[in-house]
Amino acid sequence: MRNYFLRKLMMLPLILLGVSFIVFMSVRALPGDPARLMAGPEATQDAVDDMRVRLGLDRPLMVQYAAFLKGAATGDFGTSIRSQRPVSQELSRRYKATMELATVAYFFATIIGVPAGMIAAICKGRAPDHVVMVFAILGASVANFWLALVMMDYFSVQKGWLPLLGSGSAAHFVMPAIVLGLLPMALIARMTRSSMIETLDQDYIRTARAKGLGAFQVYQRHALRNALIPIVTIIGLNFGAVIGSTVVTETVFNWPGIGRLLVDAVRYRDYPIIQGVTLLAVVSVVLVNFFAEFLISVLDPRVRFN
Amino acid sequence: MLVAQRRPLSTAMNWCLRRPSLVLGGFIVGVLVLAAAFAPWLAPADPYQQNLMLSLMPPSAEHPLGTDAYGRDVLSRILYGARLSLLEISLGVGVALIFGVPLGLVAGMSGGNIDGAIMWVMDIIFAFPGIILAILIVSILGPSLFNMLMAIALFSLPVYARLTRNLTLGLKRMEYVQAAQALGASRLRVMFDHILLNALGPIIVQATLTAGTVVLTAASLSFLGLGAQPPIPEWGAMMSDGRNYLGVALWVSFFPGLAVTITVLGFNILGDGLRDLLDPRR
Repeated sequence: MRNYFLRKLMMLPLILLGVSFIVFMSVRALPGDPARLMAGPEATQDAVDDMRVRLGLDRPLMVQYAAFLKGAATGDFGTSIRSQRPVSQELSRRYKATMELATVAYFFATIIGVPAGMIAAICKGRAPDHVVMVFAILGASVANFWLALVMMDYFSVQKGWLPLLGSGSAAHFVMPAIVLGLLPMALIARMTRSSMIETLDQDYIRTARAKGLGAFQVYQRHALRNALIPIVTIIGLNFGAVIGSTVVTETVFNWPGIGRLLVDAVRYRDYPIIQGVTLLAVVSVVLVNFFAEFLISVLDPRVRFN
Repeated sequence: MLVAQRRPLSTAMNWCLRRPSLVLGGFIVGVLVLAAAFAPWLAPADPYQQNLMLSLMPPSAEHPLGTDAYGRDVLSRILYGARLSLLEISLGVGVALIFGVPLGLVAGMSGGNIDGAIMWVMDIIFAFPGIILAILIVSILGPSLFNMLMAIALFSLPVYARLTRNLTLGLKRMEYVQAAQALGASRLRVMFDHILLNALGPIIVQATLTAGTVVLTAASLSFLGLGAQPPIPEWGAMMSDGRNYLGVALWVSFFPGLAVTITVLGFNILGDGLRDLLDPRR
């Protein structure tokens, strides 16, 4: 087990090195002259040359990559072409908004997904179980931007109950958090159900029941720790999927996070921002995955990664 | 005599009843394929025919799912959109399979440094959230249906490579594989006849589950304007058109989105059913 995490820890920098190389090379793979592209179609030759020097494109490739790595390691991703502000400044503000939304979404997903999964497990094979499982597979299949448009049409445009776009108040969180939290909710419910069914089948549960402990006490005492494992697993291992779906969710709801920043940056060909958002997203996903695996192995000594 | 004649039918019925997800998923995917195949005959109108006089008409007998801002028939566009989903699945899943499975086979069979190198590259690609890698690639190559599908294929690649490699590692140790090797079967023959054929079940299950993801991701990217471009009747692109008419003409984006959701649901259910059938290990 210790070897597994040691090897994994040693792989981390290698993975991040590869990721940073892809992100670095992506802009160099642009068809045509990147300096001209970024300076804009109406730029004079002088402005293009200026841009080339500013981007460091006049230096050898490996020197450029080394500078890029050094910058990325210290949080310096260059300057946004559109806003002319440091990319890191934009990123930190937007990252906070994304993380706030993701936290609320995971909160929704947990407080609904865990009890739903437990009820399904306790009523295995009966109506409540079927209802939960149908909702779980629906939740994992629904197109999130479709759900977003339908909710916006009903709750905001028709009923006027919730704000349509933007952020700023608690009410602004409701729709984006539901849209973002639906997939983890469905997965948490499914996984809680199966791990709970497995737990209820164990000898120590039968012993506890035989000793005369009430059903509720048994569930509470023995199932709680087991309920934590699905939550950590889903949050940790599907964090990448959630970060990915913030792109669509934030764009639809005009939420000022990194997802919308990325889509806007593509529209304006703001490559330093695209590179910054991509690197930030990958680094957070890789780190969250790693800590989740570690936490799971602590919570559940039976798990053996290999 | 009568009983004997009825038996095959009732056996088939029983077989189906015991596998509801296989039947339901297969039904949904079957409807999708039929809709795509017979779109020209089923569609009440030309999916590209504009008629501004009929802009944003609500569902009626003539236009069962209404019309969009350009007066195009939404039902016809959804039916033709089914063809695009099948194209997306065949390219997005197909390309990933063609490259991913051999990579996994080679990694699993070779072991050592070759295995390490292949899996390192796969882990690097896998570290990207799929849609973000796709956006990075599309931002370089430019938004188009084809570029988007290549990006989707690229980020699904590690899933197949990793699955095939792990299956290969397990099968390699099986006695019948070692027996075949001892009898002098060539490396390629062992790889294809003994390992790939037996790994096919889980790979098909994975491909079915990934098909849903491909449709969903393609619709998301097209919705963001980074995939299929107007006037192509792609479901995500159609929803993007309808976004501006919330509260006025929800049907423009509602029905294409419903089509995406039902398609994804169909592949997810079918994948679950196939897993029970082909991959009893799990």
